[in-house]
Amino acid sequence: MLPLVNIALAFIVVGIIVAIIGVDPFLALRLLVTGALGSWESIGYTLYYATNFTFTGLAVAVAFHAGLFNIGGEGQAYLGGLGCGLAILALDRWLPAWLLIPIAIAAAALFGAAWAAVPAWLQAWRGSHIVITTIMFNFVASALMVYLMVNVLIAPGSMTPQSRGFAPSGQLPAIAGLPLNLSLALALACCAGVWVFLWHTPWGYALRTMGHNPEAAVYGGTNLRRMTMLAMCLSGALAGFVGVNELMGVHHRIVLDFQAGYGFAGIAVALMGRNHPLGVLLAALLFGALQQGGAELAFEIPSITREMVVVIQGLIILFSGALAHLPRPWLQALFARRAP
Amino acid sequence: MDEAFSFVFLMLASTLRVATPLVLCAMGGLFSEKGGIVDVGLEGKMLMAAFFAAATASVTGSAWAGVAAAVIAAEALALLHGLACITYRGNQVVSGVAINILAAGLTVVLGTAWFARGGQTPPLVGDQRLMPLFLPEAGDNVLVYAALLSVPVTWWIVARTRFGLRLRAVGEMPLAVDAAGLSVAWLRYRAVLLCGLLAGLAGAYLSIGQNAGFSRDMTAGQGFIALAAIIFGKWRAWPALGACLIFGLLDAVAIRLQGVRLPGLGEVPVQLIQAMPYLLTMFLLAGFIGRAVAPKAAGVPYEKER
Repeated sequence: MLPLVNIALAFIVVGIIVAIIGVDPFLALRLLVTGALGSWESIGYTLYYATNFTFTGLAVAVAFHAGLFNIGGEGQAYLGGLGCGLAILALDRWLPAWLLIPIAIAAAALFGAAWAAVPAWLQAWRGSHIVITTIMFNFVASALMVYLMVNVLIAPGSMTPQSRGFAPSGQLPAIAGLPLNLSLALALACCAGVWVFLWHTPWGYALRTMGHNPEAAVYGGTNLRRMTMLAMCLSGALAGFVGVNELMGVHHRIVLDFQAGYGFAGIAVALMGRNHPLGVLLAALLFGALQQGGAELAFEIPSITREMVVVIQGLIILFSGALAHLPRPWLQALFARRAP
Repeated sequence: MDEAFSFVFLMLASTLRVATPLVLCAMGGLFSEKGGIVDVGLEGKMLMAAFFAAATASVTGSAWAGVAAAVIAAEALALLHGLACITYRGNQVVSGVAINILAAGLTVVLGTAWFARGGQTPPLVGDQRLMPLFLPEAGDNVLVYAALLSVPVTWWIVARTRFGLRLRAVGEMPLAVDAAGLSVAWLRYRAVLLCGLLAGLAGAYLSIGQNAGFSRDMTAGQGFIALAAIIFGKWRAWPALGACLIFGLLDAVAIRLQGVRLPGLGEVPVQLIQAMPYLLTMFLLAGFIGRAVAPKAAGVPYEKER
């Protein structure tokens, strides 16, 4: 009940902002919904955006279960894309797709995990706070990528900082004319995998124990340092898959800022999905629909921009995260009155 | 000789220009963190303040109205942060992240709706901006001096006043403050509001002092660099100022070194220098350069026993 009330509060505030701008909120809502779900094409876009949100949402959720707050999804996704892109650029002339695609996916996971491993190591062995270090690493990732794209990986003769295009064997099968590609299947597999891992393996059990009560985890024989590394590497690998969807699925080359905003939105997705893979999936679908519907809305009404979606994401984080307890007294009063 | 002097002067001026918003923001964050409230949302507060400063200055024609609007906007977000973290005992990092995202979106949404310039405000001229006071080529507007003044004032308040003592206590051990009969919540709200005030000034400096108008995402991570400066300064005012000046100097150097080949080193990537504040802070946090210890109760909501 509480999550739905929190979302409703977020949307009421958005409605007020839309009204302040001078647009009828109900018209905006109708345009948003038809823009997200009104045609097969728009549903395809919604699912494509939802794929990214699933990856970053799962990434935040896995770390949350271990009691770690990974705000570095942004940088891990960026590096994941770099890993995936480097693997393809190195091998796409020689390997067939069925061999190259798994290698590139593994490279994305490896690079994303490696970028998360440094803050994890600093937390586990040197006691530096993971929130601060993952934030810092987002900026370092961004500086690194700009350097690599401008100076090293830029395609010869290109005016914009992007790599050469991937050969067909380095491109994921996609639905013709849509950005929706095989990454969606990877996202669904990740949901299932995270569920199995967290609730049906001894490591997942130890990971969740560490998140609930580190002392109990130590008593149970868990090595907290190694578990911190495991949780963050998994988290980083999941975030890194954004690169698979964006670069191998859509852009077919390495570009700058393909990950922009997805890492942070993952926090909202995880909060809304209550850190459960199924919840994350549902929240990701909602966020995908918002992203696509918001784009259509901005197209229809020029005084509203796409950034309205960013406002909604911020409000959802606020109301279902930081202010989650706000409506509790009201609900308690409501149910207390109903009960005899 | 004259050339060398003017080079040093220009470097110093440009260091100070870049460091000003960092110093203001870092002093604000210092109050908040000393009081036990972690503030990841400095960036968002500064961005929102920058937008409202430029928007108000361009509509009213007065830079001072812009400064006032900036402070009000930042205080509104500070109150929101306080409401979430103090009154409702929510997660302080989550609240800060929410404020950053909200500000990033809302500034563009409102900017586009009001000015129809793709998120920018109209360029500001004349009295709509804060002008240099004494040295036109150095850009020393009133907020530069406010930033320099904020450091001794912050030090004095935190280290030498009754409020400062209580503030530090509430950041280290709120239970003791509560037992002494003081309100933990009211002390923390004051800390958060001081933070909002200074972050608001920092934002105003960006859009109506250093630049002539607001552009989207114009804070570009400076709120996080200020956060890094607080950590680098080990939660003390003067060392934090030092960190801000080092980071400002790095930025000034980065601009100068663009495309320059250094003897023996070759071309230093500008991106490496830009990433230095973050890398240095990571090294510090890892314990390779001394030890940085945060206020003990920072990030922990205080729950009064029933």
